[in-house]
Amino acid sequence: MLKVSALKVHGLDPISFELHGGDVLVVRGPSGSGKSLLLRAIADLDETSGRIFLDQMSKDGEAAGNWRTRVRYLAAESGWWLERVEQHFADPLAARLLGKELALEDKLFDSPVAHLSSGERQRMAFIRAIEDQPAVLLLDEPTSALDDHAAKRMEDKIVALQKKGVILIIVTHSNEQALRLATHVLTIKDGAARVERA
Amino acid sequence: MSYISLSYWDLALAAILILANGLISLWFRLGLEKSLLINTVRMLVQLSLIGFVLKFIFAQTSPLWTIGWAVLMILVAGREVMARLTTRMQGWWGYGIGTTTMFFVSSFTTLLAVGVIIGPDPWYAPRYILPILGMVLGNTLSGISLGLETLITTLKRERSSVEARIALGHKRFLAIDEPLRQALKTGMMPIINAMAASGIVSLPGMMTGQIMAGADPVEATKYQILIMFLIAGATASGTLLAVVGSAYRLTDDRGRLRLDRLEGS
Repeated sequence: MLKVSALKVHGLDPISFELHGGDVLVVRGPSGSGKSLLLRAIADLDETSGRIFLDQMSKDGEAAGNWRTRVRYLAAESGWWLERVEQHFADPLAARLLGKELALEDKLFDSPVAHLSSGERQRMAFIRAIEDQPAVLLLDEPTSALDDHAAKRMEDKIVALQKKGVILIIVTHSNEQALRLATHVLTIKDGAARVERA
Repeated sequence: MSYISLSYWDLALAAILILANGLISLWFRLGLEKSLLINTVRMLVQLSLIGFVLKFIFAQTSPLWTIGWAVLMILVAGREVMARLTTRMQGWWGYGIGTTTMFFVSSFTTLLAVGVIIGPDPWYAPRYILPILGMVLGNTLSGISLGLETLITTLKRERSSVEARIALGHKRFLAIDEPLRQALKTGMMPIINAMAASGIVSLPGMMTGQIMAGADPVEATKYQILIMFLIAGATASGTLLAVVGSAYRLTDDRGRLRLDRLEGS
């Protein structure tokens, strides 16, 4: 269970909600309303006040690296720090298998990062984010650079994770995607966030 | 050998070369003539004044005057580090990191050189301490400012990759290891290159000065080698301290990247 209480995100009233394994919370709101900042706050990437618990684990009581291993944030813009794609994975073999599910050709893993399209990088970063099986996934516009076919594969994977009991919080601009995935919706309006069942 | 004193007419003759610079700037419309003029005058005034100041301080041979002037040199060098950065850290750190680092490394190396190695009598003889401190400071300040500039610009440019690593659970200094390495390398490179070129391509200034003042070239070389070691040691340790200190400040104890601690954020 992920319990967020009185979390203060830039410019918004304190936010509180609870999610259980298999819940998918879709975050809606205009650009610049603080959707990404909300995800960053939950992953402890920005300084905020408020308390967050994952089961018995508390955000501030746990070493930051451990928290971010259990509560994984995936930014809209992917980041890479080594030459080739494959070097970024702990288990390149498992990553290649996941790549097949997301329509990524095997040879892409041997390429320099710079040779990949933004859509390919986005899917690679997704694989990297789920590699160590986090309990909570915070996805910031995970399909923004994908065509319909690739986006569908990604959504299938998201549903598969949901079925395994992963808690997902997703920022998306696509109404259709929100309808397909959401079990809960968080709407940001006039500086306040409200969570409802979908 | 005798020391040949220069007359002001000799200097005026050499100043014609600066005029050539100005003409080139005008001819090609480089727009440099104004700053050329200002900086030439600045150089003239600063160097003439420093001649008198040093003459005065040398005449005192008092530890107080020597140390006082040394502290002033360090403070000015610290300001220069800050001035060379395109983006500075907010608050005390902006000025403090370079100044504090230079205070420690330059006073350590200078005292080591003068107190232990050269050993003049008295140890605080300003004619040894101040020139050596000046040479050490001049080089550490460029190493530190290059290192800090690289660290800050690389962290800003590589923000998404650094934050991706943080989000993957990488610890504070692991997440920024690439920018850190870049910064240290850039800060230390010039002095390493200078050692390769010295002697054949460039005759270092201090050695040249000693030779022209009548010293035996072999003796002058020994001094130059000593200075090279001092400069290399001070630049390396100064760059390391300043870069790691700044990296510490630009991250926090929760392993976050804190670019909000830079000015203009």
